Amino acid sequence: MREVRPPILELQGITKSFGGVEALRGVDFALSAGEIHGLVGENGAGKSTLMKIIAGVHSEFSGRFLVDGQETHFRSARDAHAAGIAMVHQELSVAPDLTVAENVFLGNQPTNALGLVQWRRMAREAGEQLSRFGIDVDPMTRLGDLPIGLQQLIEIARVLFSGARIVILDEPTSALSPPEVERLFATLRRLREQGTAIVFISHFIEDILRVSDTVTVFRNGRKVAETASSATSKGALIEAMIGRGGEALEHSYSDDLMLPEPSASPVVLKVDQLSLARSLKDISFEARAGEVLGVYGFMGCGQQELSRILFGKLKPDSGTLLVGGTPKIFASTAAARRAGVALVPESRRDMLFHQEPVYKNISISILDRISALLLRPAQEREIARRQVEQLQIRPPVVGLDLGMLSGGNQQKVALAKWLTYPPKLLVLCEPTRGMDVGAKNDVINIVRDLRARGLAILVLSTEPETVLSLADRILVLKRGAVVREFRNEPVSKDRLLEAA
Amino acid sequence: MSSDTAFAAARGARGLAPFLRSQMRNIAPFLTLIFLSAFFAFASPSFATLDNLGNILTQVSVTGVIAVGLTFVILCAEIDLSIASIANVTGIAVAYFTLQESYVNIANIPLPGAVAIVLSILLCAALGLVNALGLTVIGIPSFIMTLAMMQIAAGISALLVRGQIAYKVPGLITTLGSGSIGGIPWIVIVAALMLLGGHLVLTYTRFGRYVYMVGGNREAAEYAGLNVKLILGSVMVISAVCSGIGGMLGVAHFGSAQQNEFDTYLLDSIAAVVVGGTSLFGGRGGIGNTIVGLFVLGVLNNGLDHVNIDSFLKILIRGLILLAALIINVYAQRLREEAAE
Repeated sequence: MREVRPPILELQGITKSFGGVEALRGVDFALSAGEIHGLVGENGAGKSTLMKIIAGVHSEFSGRFLVDGQETHFRSARDAHAAGIAMVHQELSVAPDLTVAENVFLGNQPTNALGLVQWRRMAREAGEQLSRFGIDVDPMTRLGDLPIGLQQLIEIARVLFSGARIVILDEPTSALSPPEVERLFATLRRLREQGTAIVFISHFIEDILRVSDTVTVFRNGRKVAETASSATSKGALIEAMIGRGGEALEHSYSDDLMLPEPSASPVVLKVDQLSLARSLKDISFEARAGEVLGVYGFMGCGQQELSRILFGKLKPDSGTLLVGGTPKIFASTAAARRAGVALVPESRRDMLFHQEPVYKNISISILDRISALLLRPAQEREIARRQVEQLQIRPPVVGLDLGMLSGGNQQKVALAKWLTYPPKLLVLCEPTRGMDVGAKNDVINIVRDLRARGLAILVLSTEPETVLSLADRILVLKRGAVVREFRNEPVSKDRLLEAA
Repeated sequence: MSSDTAFAAARGARGLAPFLRSQMRNIAPFLTLIFLSAFFAFASPSFATLDNLGNILTQVSVTGVIAVGLTFVILCAEIDLSIASIANVTGIAVAYFTLQESYVNIANIPLPGAVAIVLSILLCAALGLVNALGLTVIGIPSFIMTLAMMQIAAGISALLVRGQIAYKVPGLITTLGSGSIGGIPWIVIVAALMLLGGHLVLTYTRFGRYVYMVGGNREAAEYAGLNVKLILGSVMVISAVCSGIGGMLGVAHFGSAQQNEFDTYLLDSIAAVVVGGTSLFGGRGGIGNTIVGLFVLGVLNNGLDHVNIDSFLKILIRGLILLAALIINVYAQRLREEAAE
């Protein structure tokens, strides 16, 4: 049992809202020196928002914020840095074209009296620091030449060795191999002995339980539990994350849901031993006509890469796709579209033309079917009007610039462009992310309708509800591999989380 | 309520000011043109005459022909720096394939006029194709790829004429470049037809729509399953062919074909497109904008000759006007993005 030390960081009654939506509601949080504090919760539960407040990224919030017992208000990440708080964000933020040593010392390279960089000293110190972390690389290598996992370790190392007293790690293990995770944990434990306070956010609950002293659970912007890691279990944490009882408006999927008998209709897509660097390992599966196949996994599990390969945006290292007969890897998105594949990616910014009217967004993928050389705008508008009516897109004005529609309606437009001449295989990434309940239900109904029309549909999501509400069969991806398939059996949110 | 009245209502509800702000890229060049014309008309009695209007039209014709293709390129958010060099080499090539007077000391290959024209157009199309392949297959940014092509085309020009000057071009080119019909120079008619053609392609064809969509959001175009590389490659070839036609006409218009004859046309063509309000970020603008831009440039160049001004100062003034247009261009994009949110 370690001694109880006074908290070096204390937050009281933190409330933070984004445009009327409360992301955090009256959260208390305390952190002591020499503590590893695990944070769990579903996407959007408020973990990252709280950490960004601590790291000075969000400076507008209400509540008390104390560092060493003194009330403080950070105006920027720079302020937080000056107070000894550093954060490793979920997205890798390194400079791939600089050397390893430059990355380790990014922003504070050792210089001599003339202000020139002391390269030899920098390389030596970087090498020493990294080897203490168990990383054995030449500090003068270009960082981008190293594998992603190693790059992530180096970024973490930079923050850990920056002298910060409070270090926040947001999903640090998603791109790491098991031995790399071990090295990271060993380093975290050593830093804990030296008195550093560490916050560790992860979807991998086993990791949290192994390395942290305390675990805090978030749900819907509230702190719902705080407990010693030794006094809890994976099952108890998942239960706390999801919450029993009708707190959420939507179907909570906490109870078992029976998946139907697997479909016997023809195979539309056959994926055979697809591999891509560290993202995908030997993925094989089939999707059939009139079936919704869900693919669930945590952020960074390889879903995004898989969807891009299916649509010809990314080329795998090995493996084949079989869409309606011939095995192939699509050379371009145009080739994938011609073969009857459609993709709706997760980012609406990437997939739509915000400065163009709705009807041009809808007609873009079928122009070659309705016009040989000359455009036929009247027909385009007519087609768009029908889709807008069917999908209940609001406002129902096909000439309006897309950017003026709400997010949910934009998502419907993204779907609409594939529906006039439906594809054989429709790949949907996070089809309901960030939508209100009404829009979510609309999308669910559209997808069910398309399934009834005989399309093979792939739904990829990091949100268990999305997959559970749509899928007839579910694959679970973990670190780039299919680890579990649910078919013709009961499934629930905890079973999914348990498998991932 | 029909959707069009709903559209009008939605626009009305937003008010006139946001609408004007979103249209700034079209309005600002037009105001500039009116202001400049008014200024020169006031400053010089010889400016606002029908004769001088004819002068201005003739002066911007070659730039206009080259700018047609460049408009396609800039709409795709790319750039072509090789336009002037390709114009030059094509003009030289058409002369190279034409029988020259005996005093011209070039070891050329005289061919029938039609063959000479076809070969020259094939030459510029081939150079455009090299640009296209560099950009789409190898992945060299168009800025660098066409910079290299600028030098390559200049090199071919140098090898063909070896410092000499050729004068003769095929009869058809001579007529189109320097003849006139009913008092209207053929070169103005050709430029007008090419601008019209470019406008029709951009506005009424599927390819034109693709150009706007690729320029508006390349990622989205790819996610819509468009063949983005084919479209980008096509605009590079279109640009080179327009430049080549401009080069042949220019050689006939000037009455000679020689090295470095078109150097000023690079800046002028880019300026015409950008001053007209076509977005450097792609997806916005068009031939209509380019026409306004051509007139702004034409009025400026011509007008400065009519007023009593230090001829060395003219260069500086042109540079400052171009800078102002660039600022408006970037600013208009930002206003439009804000209006869309």
